[in-house]
Amino acid sequence: MAQYLLKRLGMTFAVVLLILLFLAVVPHLIPGDPVENILGPRATDARIEQVRVEMGIDDPVLVQAGSFIWNALQGDLGRDFGTNRPVTTILAQAVPHTMALAFASLGLAVLLGIPFGVLAATKPDSLLDRFTSVISVSFITVPSYVMALFLLLLFPIWLGVLPATGTGRFSDPLGYLRHLILPSAALAITWVGYFARLVRASMLEVVGSNYIRVARAYGLRERAIHYRYALKNAVIPSVAIMGVALGNLLGGAVFIELIFNRPGLGKLALDAISARNFPVLRGAILMVALLFVVANLVADLSYRFLDPRIRVEEKAN
Amino acid sequence: MAATDGTPSKPSRLGAGREFLGDIARRPTGLVALVIIGGLFLTVTIGPWLVADPSAQDIGRRLEGPSADYWLGTDHLGRDLLARLVVGSRIAMGVAIPSVILAMVFGLLLGLAAGYLGGRTDSIVIVITDTLQSFTAVVLALLLLALLGGSLVTVVIVIAITFAPGYARVVRASVLAIKKDVFVQAERSLGAKSGRIIGVHILPNVLAPMLILMAIDLPVAVTIEAGLSFLGVGVPPPIPSWGVILRDGFDRVREAPWAVIWAGVSLMITTLGFTLLGESLRDRLDPRVREATRDGGQAQT
Repeated sequence: MAQYLLKRLGMTFAVVLLILLFLAVVPHLIPGDPVENILGPRATDARIEQVRVEMGIDDPVLVQAGSFIWNALQGDLGRDFGTNRPVTTILAQAVPHTMALAFASLGLAVLLGIPFGVLAATKPDSLLDRFTSVISVSFITVPSYVMALFLLLLFPIWLGVLPATGTGRFSDPLGYLRHLILPSAALAITWVGYFARLVRASMLEVVGSNYIRVARAYGLRERAIHYRYALKNAVIPSVAIMGVALGNLLGGAVFIELIFNRPGLGKLALDAISARNFPVLRGAILMVALLFVVANLVADLSYRFLDPRIRVEEKAN
Repeated sequence: MAATDGTPSKPSRLGAGREFLGDIARRPTGLVALVIIGGLFLTVTIGPWLVADPSAQDIGRRLEGPSADYWLGTDHLGRDLLARLVVGSRIAMGVAIPSVILAMVFGLLLGLAAGYLGGRTDSIVIVITDTLQSFTAVVLALLLLALLGGSLVTVVIVIAITFAPGYARVVRASVLAIKKDVFVQAERSLGAKSGRIIGVHILPNVLAPMLILMAIDLPVAVTIEAGLSFLGVGVPPPIPSWGVILRDGFDRVREAPWAVIWAGVSLMITTLGFTLLGESLRDRLDPRVREATRDGGQAQT
């Protein structure tokens, strides 16, 4: 395990370096002048000159990449074009709101999706199973921003309940949670359907396996078999995809933060795009990618922790 | 399957196609999928001739609800929402279809290079695809469009770039598998050129998984295009992309919810149709995987 951990951490670090390299050179990868790519066609000459100097754009690309990566590893992502504040300070204010949204959505998706999937699997092809399957397909196919807009129309605008915009304050946790309900529900709904289907499929597979047949032969009750023995193995695939899920939720957060006007990373990136504020945009995108990489690492490690078979197989090899 | 009298007769291409569609339509999900996609096809092909001018402004009648003149209402410039949505279906398909085709071509080239040439090329391709995939699709698209500027063409290219790694992986894996097959090695030892091996053995084998992937990605491309246009970095107004209509509606959602409702419903129905079609195709092509792939939906946005 220790050896695996070391290897996995090394790989993660390499991916982070590649992400940094990509973000450092991306203005040069796009056809055209890098400064014009960053500032758009209508920038003034003075501004172009300023950006040219600040970003060291005339240095060789590799030098620029090297200094960007070196500074980033030391926690310096450059300064905001507009207010000249350090990008990291701006990011630090936005990250908690995006993390709260992503984790609330993931929690909601897991808490709703897994019971749905288990219920459907206990009575395959029953009315309940069909109903769950129809619901999960419809949930999967609705884009999160459409769901968010419909929830916004239904609850704050028509029914007058729940806040439509903003995040509330951390000092008022209940108020913060109230602001979180609609955004996280909109983001989670795709994944409720996804988890329900995944758990249903793996549950059916597990229920057909030998150890469950043995449990049945011993005369254990169906409930005990399903919830005590089968479920443990059936949730493992769901754990494995949680990293991917979190990455997708972070991507979807861009839409949700625009619709509910939450000052998170996505909103930050969008505002940076309209203000042509490249350092902030790059910082926000770096943060989202880093969160995704870390989420994948954690999901991967906990997956191995939960499923001893993987470790045993590895020893055998 | 149609009843056979024991003699294995080869049905004509057209007959086989009709039988295939019949099989899909027999199950309720397949029937719903075919109805939706048929309707969408008609909307895209002949719809724009049946509706009013999507850019004609009736300034006196802005932000109206459905009426006899404007069946779905009007937007903030007094334009007919029905006309804009119908023309918007052309934008949706006109972006999504080229994007997945381009993604397939990019992925095919990368995957072939990686799998067939191997060695250093393989490592480079893996590094590129892994790096691209460590950004989620929307975030990568956002970054690239911020630098490129949004237009119909750049949106197609950017969606293709975000999808391409998936195709490259599939192609690379199949190329590696096929390369090891005895018949390919035998042919190579007989002196066959790379072009022949790729054209005769590899391409036909990677075609089926490519087509399935394209079918899965098509609705995702529709939602990504509309999503990017909604964010204001994709297809620019006044082009009536569903995302642009959604954004125009969102900016005035408290006064007039109609644009948001209709554009949202269009997106929901379209993605539902393609997702159900994908499931029916899988069920039809391989009943054994039906249970195993019940979880195989796509959740991208």
